[in-house]
Amino acid sequence: MGQVLSVLDLQRVYEVKRSVFSVQKEMINALNGVSLELDRGKTIGIVGESGSGKSTLARCILLLERPDSGTILFMGRDLLSITREELKTLRKQMQIIFQDPYSSLNPRKKVFDAIAEPLLFHRMVDKKEAKDRVIEILKDVGLDESFVNKYPHEMSGGQRQRVAIGRSLTTEPALIIADEPVSSLDVSIQSQIVNLFLDIKDRADIAMLFVSHDLNVVRFISDEIMVMYRGRVVETGTKDEVFLNPLHPYTKMLINAAKGKFFKKEGEDFFDKDRGCSYYARCEERKDSCCDSVPRLTGSKEHMTACFRES
Amino acid sequence: MQLLDVTDLNTSFFADGNVIRAVDGVSFSVSKSETFGLVGESGCGKTMTALSVMRLVQPPGRIVKGQVVFEGKDLLSLSEREMEKIRGGRIGMIFQEPMSALNPVFRVGEQISEALMIHKDVDKKEARGRVIELLKQVGFDEPEKRYTQYPHQLSGGQRQRILIGIAISCGPSLVIADEPTTALDVATESQIINLLQDLVNDSAMSMIFITHNLNITRKFCRRIGIMYAGRMLEQNSVDDFFKEPLHPYSKGLLSSIYGLMGDQKRLTAIPGSVPKLAELPQGCTFHPRCPYAMPVCREEEPIIKEMGKGQWVRCYLY
Repeated sequence: MGQVLSVLDLQRVYEVKRSVFSVQKEMINALNGVSLELDRGKTIGIVGESGSGKSTLARCILLLERPDSGTILFMGRDLLSITREELKTLRKQMQIIFQDPYSSLNPRKKVFDAIAEPLLFHRMVDKKEAKDRVIEILKDVGLDESFVNKYPHEMSGGQRQRVAIGRSLTTEPALIIADEPVSSLDVSIQSQIVNLFLDIKDRADIAMLFVSHDLNVVRFISDEIMVMYRGRVVETGTKDEVFLNPLHPYTKMLINAAKGKFFKKEGEDFFDKDRGCSYYARCEERKDSCCDSVPRLTGSKEHMTACFRES
Repeated sequence: MQLLDVTDLNTSFFADGNVIRAVDGVSFSVSKSETFGLVGESGCGKTMTALSVMRLVQPPGRIVKGQVVFEGKDLLSLSEREMEKIRGGRIGMIFQEPMSALNPVFRVGEQISEALMIHKDVDKKEARGRVIELLKQVGFDEPEKRYTQYPHQLSGGQRQRILIGIAISCGPSLVIADEPTTALDVATESQIINLLQDLVNDSAMSMIFITHNLNITRKFCRRIGIMYAGRMLEQNSVDDFFKEPLHPYSKGLLSSIYGLMGDQKRLTAIPGSVPKLAELPQGCTFHPRCPYAMPVCREEEPIIKEMGKGQWVRCYLY
């Protein structure tokens, strides 16, 4: 079976107070009809600036928070309708790697415990075998035996991220969600970790969602790209299509900004609910009619965009 | 004559009987209306260098040795009083995190006025007029409205522009920008860089631009200094640096970046990790990670050598 994950029309709304004292609440659509399909061995890169819903999407897929509506099919099972027990066994198959390995590793646990915990919890090894397995995993992520007894504070950022990656590999997952995994690392370490991700991808045939705001990294690592803006997918397609032939004005802007072409224009961040295209305020190519309705994703399977200019 | 001349600057931290040399023998100079990029990974001493120039190093840290000559004055021998006139007056500073650099309980307009009232001896009314001008200059469409807003009402990019406004309010001849765009999105980042570029071009101001992002320096700076473990490893013009970097560390950094943009299957990474300042290797600080390391690199640290054409490098290969 090729498909690992299929997400359909995911919605997640947050209520926020307008100010500290106000009674009125504002609804913010953190995810607004997001769909995606991910096959075994493939990587989808999700890009967008902060507040675009990238992390919310990652968290919703893992049910770290519950989406308000939509469907998540993981290995053919509907995550939103299965029992807790079933979910627990499925969880083994999906793992997440966070941005900051220092806060995702327990400061009081040695590397051995951090990696052995999921192994023992899911009864994949018994206590005697655990040590050998942990050393094996450490080797896979480029660390030697001596790390077994280290605490997080004794390691550098890159080494900690290696441990976090190792831990996510322990249960031999079918899906790894990496939420800005290289953003907090220095340039020289970043390339080491990017290489590690490539190794993992090749070796284990794992499906991966790679969330990042760094377009160059995403481009390097992904097969497909999904561009998000304000909770919506504005463009999606194969890596080459999206990078060489971007359709949505937002994608074009991001790519230019990453190349170091700078922009003058600043749009006031207005938030006119669901009327009109959410990128209207900042769009370089807007028309008056863009204000009237929300553009839908259209196009071929290789390349889709949500922009009136293209439809 | 150079606007700023830093010679053999040493700043150390003294804790529990240990001496940690955060800045070790750093020399560089910035000429008039030049943008100098100070680049390096976290903990390499670039921020500490900037703080030392401004004499803002807090105990247990101390400037141990060196000379900082700015507009013909040795800043390290000035009294605290005289130094206060320089800070914010002749040298402006922009920090990385705009939210923590602004006071949350004062209106942003007042925070810009404050600098003007201290350094330029103007009253509140006059200051207000100048601030409105400044707000326009840093790209706000409705300066009167912005004047009365509080930091929390502004976005990250807008806050950063307020800080830029404060930094340039007194017409400084040098602005030190410490990772001013690191906390921002790509799009906002490009706006801020644009703004800084305009300001430098229009007002003959010099700038020290501290960053870990080499791509930005390429667009924005004329000269560049690469720092590693408290030392300056290379100084070069941006054009030459991107064509042919000298130090092996610079080569590694550049290939990490170019690799991401190219078609190769894997990145050429610099092996190992940045050493801790407390446990530096003997010899050249970079030798454990260096592909060109020779026996001599393990023994003694190379001195920084002038190559001509405004190039300096700290490496035995040259």
